[in-house]
Amino acid sequence: MAELRVERSTLESRFFALVLAGALAVLAALPYYAGPGAMRLVGEMAYYLALAQLWNLLAGYAGLVSVGQQAFVGIGGYSLYYLTSQLNVHPLVALALAGPIAAAISLPMAFAVFRLRGAYFAVGTWVLAEIFALAVTLVQALGAGSGMSLTPDIVRQISPDRAGRDLIVYWIALAIVVVVFAAAYLLLRSRHGLALTAIRDSEPASQSLGVDTFRTKLMVYVVTAGCTGLVGAFIFLQKLRISPEAGFSVNDWTVVVIFMVVIGGIGTLEGPIVGMLVYFGLRETLAQYGTWYLILLGMAAVAIMLLAQDGLWGLVTRRFNLHLFPVRRHLTRLGATAGRDGS
Amino acid sequence: MVWLNILVQGALLGGLYALFAVGLSLSFGIMRLVNIAHGDLIVLAAYVALVTINATGLYSIATLVVVVPVMFALGYVLQRFLLNFTLSGGLLPPLLVTFGISVIIENLLLQVFGASTYRLQAGAIETASLALNGLYIGAYPLLVFATALASIAALQLLFYRTSIGRAFRATSDDADTAELMGIDNRHLYAVAMAIAMVFVALAGVLMAIRTTFDPAAGPIRLIFAFEAVIIGGLGSLWGTLLGGMVLGVAQAVGAALSPNWEILAGHLAFLVLLLVRPSGFFPHTRD
Repeated sequence: MAELRVERSTLESRFFALVLAGALAVLAALPYYAGPGAMRLVGEMAYYLALAQLWNLLAGYAGLVSVGQQAFVGIGGYSLYYLTSQLNVHPLVALALAGPIAAAISLPMAFAVFRLRGAYFAVGTWVLAEIFALAVTLVQALGAGSGMSLTPDIVRQISPDRAGRDLIVYWIALAIVVVVFAAAYLLLRSRHGLALTAIRDSEPASQSLGVDTFRTKLMVYVVTAGCTGLVGAFIFLQKLRISPEAGFSVNDWTVVVIFMVVIGGIGTLEGPIVGMLVYFGLRETLAQYGTWYLILLGMAAVAIMLLAQDGLWGLVTRRFNLHLFPVRRHLTRLGATAGRDGS
Repeated sequence: MVWLNILVQGALLGGLYALFAVGLSLSFGIMRLVNIAHGDLIVLAAYVALVTINATGLYSIATLVVVVPVMFALGYVLQRFLLNFTLSGGLLPPLLVTFGISVIIENLLLQVFGASTYRLQAGAIETASLALNGLYIGAYPLLVFATALASIAALQLLFYRTSIGRAFRATSDDADTAELMGIDNRHLYAVAMAIAMVFVALAGVLMAIRTTFDPAAGPIRLIFAFEAVIIGGLGSLWGTLLGGMVLGVAQAVGAALSPNWEILAGHLAFLVLLLVRPSGFFPHTRD
């Protein structure tokens, strides 16, 4: 019998890493060759990509289909506004603190929603997000129903002039995507990632092999809550205004994110990238026709769930066996190149 | 006396929430399907009533003769040709397909009717009330509550006194064996969804007389229905009525304290009950 070796990276994945590094460099240099409109769009794509990847980790891997991630976007946003305006914290420090705050709040929340399963978990998370949105309207220190603004004094702490601020905010957007993808990638390659992939494929089977599914799911819930809080703080750092409806909007922070992941391909790291591009492509082309792009996205998501559950990226992997992020394991015969199956 | 009035108003309001919840409870009980589009279908029923009134000048409650068959047919078609295909592939397909349908309905309504709010008129019954020693009971809330009671009683009769009810129970207990005994599950599920939509039609029309509605009004109705189902205990119809009443009383008490507290008090009551009694008052079906 020939000697076998377990490998993760493939020729494509090594090539893709180079492409990714190149693309990142091109995007990081964007401010030097494109206008503020392009920067704003790429920045928005960046934070949506981060939200999509986080929801994908939660739903696609841990099987926790949440319709309440807007809770953490809002909590992150309000943390930033409270810390900067009431406690005079530097905005970038507040940004860094928003993640841990959201993660800390998510822990007791998990205690409640983990009592519900499947679709009831989904609606339960939604109710919690509604509770936060309604509770904020009662708190004067958070601007109650009318919301809060970031004053020019606070904003100037980032950089004294507008152009410098736009530049920093843009780079932070890119940095957040890199951090979220790195976190997801490293998590999936770790011991927990193996457990998580096992849960994705079959929860009872993974349990029978000794995976502590409750702890693994709890960990994913808290980590994604923290990261979603960070993204939320960033979103409202850029928007300069927050209100309960905007901060805890189910449509803006969860519905479109779910569509991106489902259309791109749930349960793969590549899927959210594809879905995000499809979403922005549709939205930008159909911008003048009202909400038709949402109707189209809804139909696409329904069709994909019925016909090709693993989304557009799933179609690609089935046709070409292409895996760009080396998180899967496969066997190679030493001295041969055959055999690229397995997970 | 003030508080007794509030409690009674809340309990009667619970009848409407129970009507919201019956359809959700039914589809979960029989096919383990949680329909995320449930609230949007309730709002859709209200719009069907609105269109009927504009076209024929029918009295608002009388539009049920149109809305009920329309929703019944829609429920059958939706289940038979779409949702049945989601039931074999795990957790994600039913959840995400109904979620997609929810967004499609909401945005189609927005495109067709715009974002303005509507309300149906029911004439004198809206303001009529019975007075009993300082206790005031609105005629309309009483009618809604009686409808909820009658609906649940009718469903109980259907389940335990008819042959299709026996088929429903058999499929709910063990779908594969029921199929071996000659039950066509695809048809049966479609009939179950059609029946669920009858209650959606009732809930939609009765809601539209009580409060205003707009295309975005669906999700909060789904949440109320869901809270009533969870408080009452999954799969128990009488539990659903009690769940709706608990929710209604919590909201009425919250609203009496401050208008800002109305919805929040309902959510908090749900949260507390979820923590102390996670399987509801009358646990029946296990998921």
